[in-house]
Amino acid sequence: MSVAPALLVNKGKVTVTDFSLTYDTADGPVEAVASASIVVNPGEFVSIIGPSGCGKSTLLNAVAGFLKPITGRVEVDGEEVEGPSADRGMVFQQYSLFPWKTVRENVEFGLKMKGMDRTTREQSARTLLGLAGLLAFEKQYPESLSGGMKQRVGIIRALATGPKVLLLDEPFGSLDAQTRVIMQQILTNMWQRHKTSVLFVTHDIDEAIFLSDRVYCMTARPGAIKAEIAIPLARPRQPSMMMSSEFLALRRGFMGLIREESLKAIGGELNDVALQGLGIDLRGQSLADVI
Amino acid sequence: MKHAALRQTESATQVAASATPANTSGHMAQAPPRRRGLAGRATRWPSLRRGELRSVVIGAISLGLVLLAWHLLTTYRVSAHVRFVNVPSPGMVFESLLRAVRDPKFFNHVLLSCRRIFIGFAIAAVVAVPLGLLMGRFRLVRDIIFPVSEVLRPIPAIAWVPMSIMLWPSNEESIVFITYLGSFFPILLNTLHGMTQVDPVLVRAAQCLGARERAIFAEVYFPATLPHIFTGLTVGMGVAWVSLIAAEMISGQYGIGYFTWEAYSLVQYSDIVLGMVCIGVLGLGSSALIRSVGRAIMPWSRS
Repeated sequence: MSVAPALLVNKGKVTVTDFSLTYDTADGPVEAVASASIVVNPGEFVSIIGPSGCGKSTLLNAVAGFLKPITGRVEVDGEEVEGPSADRGMVFQQYSLFPWKTVRENVEFGLKMKGMDRTTREQSARTLLGLAGLLAFEKQYPESLSGGMKQRVGIIRALATGPKVLLLDEPFGSLDAQTRVIMQQILTNMWQRHKTSVLFVTHDIDEAIFLSDRVYCMTARPGAIKAEIAIPLARPRQPSMMMSSEFLALRRGFMGLIREESLKAIGGELNDVALQGLGIDLRGQSLADVI
Repeated sequence: MKHAALRQTESATQVAASATPANTSGHMAQAPPRRRGLAGRATRWPSLRRGELRSVVIGAISLGLVLLAWHLLTTYRVSAHVRFVNVPSPGMVFESLLRAVRDPKFFNHVLLSCRRIFIGFAIAAVVAVPLGLLMGRFRLVRDIIFPVSEVLRPIPAIAWVPMSIMLWPSNEESIVFITYLGSFFPILLNTLHGMTQVDPVLVRAAQCLGARERAIFAEVYFPATLPHIFTGLTVGMGVAWVSLIAAEMISGQYGIGYFTWEAYSLVQYSDIVLGMVCIGVLGLGSSALIRSVGRAIMPWSRS
């Protein structure tokens, strides 16, 4: 079976060096990210995790080409990122399918932009939809799909052009817990088939551990890289691994890192004792998760 | 196992899709949605039908009551501050209609009005839609056009009648111009509004898929704005009729508005009502036409 451009092995090395970015707001400039450096090796699955507002999405948007750093460099395969392009496919937290296009037309969009003729791109789209178990829905409009299906189509649409890197910005954030686990599995399967580098942003610790080869942990604003953790879990990964002692040990480690930053993010004066006084029990979750 | 679990959650909201577990395998790709549609319709059809039938019946009764009230008020020549003494009864209007249907002059009036609407409205749509799109996309165009449009917009089309007669060499052109003016602003403003409502995530998604400025305009901004454009066209069509009738009454020699006014001058009261009803039906019909065109070219918004 031939999947036209999507199965090509891409290079896809992402290098972000000393990245800083400041937003201008009504209350003056806000430093979102302060000299962050990350690397995604070709074919690697890397996550960025951190408390809300830590600038992890900012970093991802810079790799996508939507934001320019104040200082620092963003490169893909040694070439500086100048703006958005089909080299870097992106999946957004909000559903971003074109409502006026059918599922198949959505998947075809990137290929159409590449100037591919109608028959070829229709074939590619159908092949991809078949692999994702969505061929039955090719002629439907996105409105009639469930949230999980929409994001599946979104992922396929981003993969259809054979991007060097796939960027995902909390893509499963608005899905229910059940669907989320399934979507993580599907994403893992697709990634292993397509061998694309992935940069994944999330605030969900389990998700980051389950999916990634490596995880960057960011500090509260201004976001910087606090830690870089390799995930030594074997692949293929199964949801049952989430109960393994290895996984739980990793989880505990992340909890500590994230909790500290979440507390910083909502105000320095809060600590566990103060929270107990308020009747909030963290139960090992980060404050951001509890609130 | 995994597949089964996947199906359950994935199709939880897709009610009937879960009826065919072979769905994800892809072989019988086409079958499930069709079955789903049929199954859905089989259960929903009768209740939908019943609901529609109810609405139609109630609507018919309501219209019948209005006709009855009109009939009673006119046959008994009620005069309680509001005077129905000279108002024609439904029967008289119906007789008028029968006479008019056999009269080619009446058809001429109707046809001429329709032609004026068509030309004025078409020019307005052809100018206002692209202008609105450009204003929404380019700040400069908006900054140039918007102040002018805001100053001219509150002037009712009827107030343009004297100016229009001065501007245009023929009566026909000045009436078409009034019609054009009436529909222009609703179309322009709705198109512009639609452009400001375009979800920026969709634009970014298109950029990430390799779309350039032109493609983004054609593939994202335009289709995203279409529903608003059609709202503008529907409202614009309504205002076009208002403007046309006013213009015809003031400066026309033909047209359904002129027919209505002439009937008053010639003391043919039943023709006044005939003209009014005719205008109502034409306005209703043209709006329905626009809505059905809208539904045909925007299949995604049909829910």
